[in-house]
Amino acid sequence: MGAGHSHPLYLPGVSVVHRLPAEVKIVAAFLTVLCVVATPREAFWAFGGYLLLLAAVWVAARIPPGWMARRALIEAPFVVLAILLPFTGPDPRFDWAGMSLSHTGVLGAWNILAKGTLGVLTSLTLAATTPMRDLLLGLQRLRAPALVLTIATLMLRYADVIAGEARRMRLARIARGHDPRFLWQAGATARGIGSLFVRSYERGERVHLAMLSRGWTGTMPTTGAPAAARAQWIAALAVPAVAAALAVAGMMTT
Amino acid sequence: MSADTEPTSSLTGAGDETPSLDVRGLDFAYPDGTPALHGVDLRIEPGERVALLGPNGAGKTTLVLQLNGILAPTEGSVAVGGLPVAKPHLQEVRRRVGIVFQDPDDQLFMPTVREDVAFGPANFGVRGDELTARVTGALDAVGMAEHADRSPLHLSGGQRRRVALATVLSCDPEILVLDEPSSNLDPVARRELAEVLLGLDRTLLMVTHDLPYALQLCPRSVVVDGGRVVADGPTRELLADTEMLRAHRLELPFGFTLA
Repeated sequence: MGAGHSHPLYLPGVSVVHRLPAEVKIVAAFLTVLCVVATPREAFWAFGGYLLLLAAVWVAARIPPGWMARRALIEAPFVVLAILLPFTGPDPRFDWAGMSLSHTGVLGAWNILAKGTLGVLTSLTLAATTPMRDLLLGLQRLRAPALVLTIATLMLRYADVIAGEARRMRLARIARGHDPRFLWQAGATARGIGSLFVRSYERGERVHLAMLSRGWTGTMPTTGAPAAARAQWIAALAVPAVAAALAVAGMMTT
Repeated sequence: MSADTEPTSSLTGAGDETPSLDVRGLDFAYPDGTPALHGVDLRIEPGERVALLGPNGAGKTTLVLQLNGILAPTEGSVAVGGLPVAKPHLQEVRRRVGIVFQDPDDQLFMPTVREDVAFGPANFGVRGDELTARVTGALDAVGMAEHADRSPLHLSGGQRRRVALATVLSCDPEILVLDEPSSNLDPVARRELAEVLLGLDRTLLMVTHDLPYALQLCPRSVVVDGGRVVADGPTRELLADTEMLRAHRLELPFGFTLA
């Protein structure tokens, strides 16, 4: 499909996974994450199973694991929280490598780490195989709230316009000797942000007028791409089906 | 005046009695009481190309926003192709009046060119193959068909302006209204846009400060100042009237002479 936009999380390709309609992939990713979250944290092997499952999808989509790993670093801030848990968790405690660790704390940390990482990897897989625009179209076909979609669609278009405006304003400040390295010059930057807000607000009003002039009544018109075929649904839902089997097996064994 | 929607098409055939645009005794004041328009009368026949000239703050943009009912007159009336501009048929009025706004970044709000051109007709109920045909037709008319799947962000100023034009052409309007079409265009883009506009064969109202552009594109001009129509006639004659131009803060660019 026509993707005028690319984002850093998207890996252009023509694989089976890329070609699936966005709404199918969104549902599959959502269900998979649900299964991961529902798995008891003691069923360690099940989480390995999920990782294998995702790896199979990456092979099908031709996503290099290194590419995926670099982008998964976005998770890092949350990992910090997880690392604290073994030290701050309640008793009983045990000693390991000279540190006193809480038993439930360690399990809690593992829980956050394993489920968080799998969740991030699943979302990254969706993002890597689906252009932003298609994601929005998929959400629209899944009947997501119209207002949210309108806002997201406009964001997609205007984020770059506003960034360009901010860049020009910064250049104009620097051209007049502004050097934002010094704290006492931060005022000008702050005022710049303020006027950027006002400009964006005014642009919002003009865009609204332009939309009304072309008959906008509150919802984005669906420009009909064909609905997903049954075979596509079955192919994509195979992934959450395997995940569900893992989750159920995990529940039974713990 | 009848309220039914008679299907006046954008044909430029002679003998069509209904004017494309009929503004009568239009008064308008902003909600804070600032008066903007006083007794504006303006009649545009099908197929006419008219330039709306006037200094900054003359009321040109205010007048444009009256034409599709975004602003409602305090007094007087506007009719487009015989259909009065009023609440019950605002949607049809907005289809008939295709406004191209000054900044294409305001006009082009969808992620791709194709979606933006489809936005208008889709809102007016066009679907399926007909919609595809409208989009292709409009993009062909402005010579932008090969850029259909790009983001407006990645187009040049002149290309954006032509896509903005396509977004209203796809609605098949009775009258095209252009707000400062030549602003921020380099000379080549300016000429290319003129060629596109001259090739469209549609009723046109062009708001501009660019007097040579008005002369090139519009046989007739209307000068607005202080919310009133102060002159209405053949563009060449109006531009030759230096007294009148000076009185309304208009002037031809340096070195420009009427041949």
